[in-house]
Amino acid sequence: MAVVETRGLKKHFGDVKAVDGVDLVIQEGEFLVLLGPSGCGKTTTMRMIAGLEKPTHGDIYIGGRKVNDFPPRARRVAMVFQSYALYPHMTVYNNIAFPLKAEKMNKQDMQQKVEWAAGMFNISHLLNRKPRQLSGGERQRVALARAIVREPDLFLLDEPLSNLDAKLRAMARDELKQYQRQLGVTTLYVTHDQVEAMGMGDRVAVMSGGRVRQLGTPQELYRTPTDTFVATFLGSPPMNLVEKDTCILGFHPEHILPAEVHRDVRDPLHIPFDVTRVEYLGSERFLYGLVGSAQGPTKIVTAIPSLVTMPIEAGQTYDFVIDRGDLSFFDKSTLLRIAPVPFAHDSARVGSTS
Amino acid sequence: MSAPTVAQSQPVEETRQENWKDNERVLGVAMLLPAGIYVILLVGLPFLMAVLFAFSDVTIGDPALDTLTLDTFRRVLADPNFQRALVNSFIFTIISQAIMVVLANILAAALTRNFPGKWLVRFLILLPWATPIAIGTIGWLWMFDSVYSPIDWIFRNLGLLKQIGVGGQVGILKNATNMYWLGEPGLAMFSVILVQIWRMLPMSTVIIMAGLTSISPDIRDAVQVDGVGWWREWREVTLPLLRPILLVALLFGIIFTFTDMTVVYVLTRGGPPPNATQVLASWAYIKGIQSGNLSEGAATVMFMLPVLLGVALVMLRIARRTEVR
Repeated sequence: MAVVETRGLKKHFGDVKAVDGVDLVIQEGEFLVLLGPSGCGKTTTMRMIAGLEKPTHGDIYIGGRKVNDFPPRARRVAMVFQSYALYPHMTVYNNIAFPLKAEKMNKQDMQQKVEWAAGMFNISHLLNRKPRQLSGGERQRVALARAIVREPDLFLLDEPLSNLDAKLRAMARDELKQYQRQLGVTTLYVTHDQVEAMGMGDRVAVMSGGRVRQLGTPQELYRTPTDTFVATFLGSPPMNLVEKDTCILGFHPEHILPAEVHRDVRDPLHIPFDVTRVEYLGSERFLYGLVGSAQGPTKIVTAIPSLVTMPIEAGQTYDFVIDRGDLSFFDKSTLLRIAPVPFAHDSARVGSTS
Repeated sequence: MSAPTVAQSQPVEETRQENWKDNERVLGVAMLLPAGIYVILLVGLPFLMAVLFAFSDVTIGDPALDTLTLDTFRRVLADPNFQRALVNSFIFTIISQAIMVVLANILAAALTRNFPGKWLVRFLILLPWATPIAIGTIGWLWMFDSVYSPIDWIFRNLGLLKQIGVGGQVGILKNATNMYWLGEPGLAMFSVILVQIWRMLPMSTVIIMAGLTSISPDIRDAVQVDGVGWWREWREVTLPLLRPILLVALLFGIIFTFTDMTVVYVLTRGGPPPNATQVLASWAYIKGIQSGNLSEGAATVMFMLPVLLGVALVMLRIARRTEVR
């Protein structure tokens, strides 16, 4: 069952088309991530679904009801803000109880609910504290508890992890995903961090310029990006793009390996690779260098797993190989994904730079 | 021998000069000195003189500070006009500030919203602030004129007052052709308070607006999503977050109102009937400056001290609390 649906959703601020026609369907219990660079319209889309922003065009359905004209409270959504937006003058208990007070719940039920929500996020011992006495991670849990306490139909999370330090973030990611599974609540999650999106999302919608470029599972986005924007936005380092004849070839850094170690490739394509710099990162090595293309030498990055111990030095040219099945093809002018363009074995060599 | 000595001493002098300019102690004292002298000469000294005068019997005719006595205070306290002024000062301050806080909150809330022509409304509301108090008050003097008051003209045309030269018609508010805003005892106090509110409202509004804009928009959004109504939002979120700054607005208002004499002096000269709308400041002015009884004027002013001291202490506490945070 679709919990949320947007149809042709648009938001224009004067001449600026912040959101320019977004169609999304979020399924019951799904964790859907809106991913995109800042200014792509992801937060505005979420704010329209929350009811904090009025759409210029288009409709929003939550639980089958058209909610365009409903205020946020009637939409049965809960939101966690990037800044957490805790009420600084209230104790943690009152922060969590605040949405319940609006429903005029009796004191006893309220206390039970707050204790349940606080227990869920292991913050029961903090109920009498004020937000300023809490650490960043604890504040985030309070914000989450405040959001779930009403048992909303839809959970909206606006970059909830971006105020945490890097170490805490990985842990919080794992926890957040677990809580979401446990509660089974439909979740829309906004982020600019592709690692968060890939790691947590059941499906990810990549946005740019106010539109959804591609909507799919992390695997689909990674394996078959629909255009060069999606291709270069995902992965770290992102997909390499090399011009070849009439199209653009795309391949992920870890799919291209030295021919010496990458022997059992079904349909190999050999590429001479001038390594200009080697970056040793422990679990892998990043090689920066040049390959030939229609436009002359093009800079690419490859990622060699630590299992490959072959010595590679800067300033040398190596014979690298990639499975043709791992190649993506994009049209040169539209930058959209196209069917694989066959090319003869001879011309298969993308070409040497020398 | 003398030449090398000069050459040696020159760099030393240079560093010493630099030292002087970089020395925070010297620099700090130098920078604070003008303000310090100003405060001592124009606030501290007159204040000490006022205290001294209050315990003496000096008048303009006999300015010799020869006796220290409590008789001045006894005389001042026994004067029914002083008692009236003391009570009026509190009425004037409490009523005007209570109304002002409510109005300033409403205005500030309205002016922080977006609507077409907002800049014009803001400009108009802030205008009284830019007007010199005396001139603004004289404008009101005309508005309240016993015969030509434009307010009365509006009231007459609304049927609230009797039309001039029309027989048989009865005014709803008052069966006369004019309100005599400044001529009726109760109404005169009302008018004085009204003008004081008009005058103080812009400042309080601006202070509260600053407070409102400092509340993070995320908090506002959170309140919306949490689904509470506007009353609850105001009482449980806005007001508590606004409280410190609201207190600042209120304290400023109290200081300016409790010590003000312009509005009363220009509008009513303390009447009617004589001295019914007098406040401490205007009474002290009339006693001390107009009648030349410096000691009684000073003693009258001394009764402002407890209130102002209390306000100053609260202000200092707020300032310290914001610093600690």
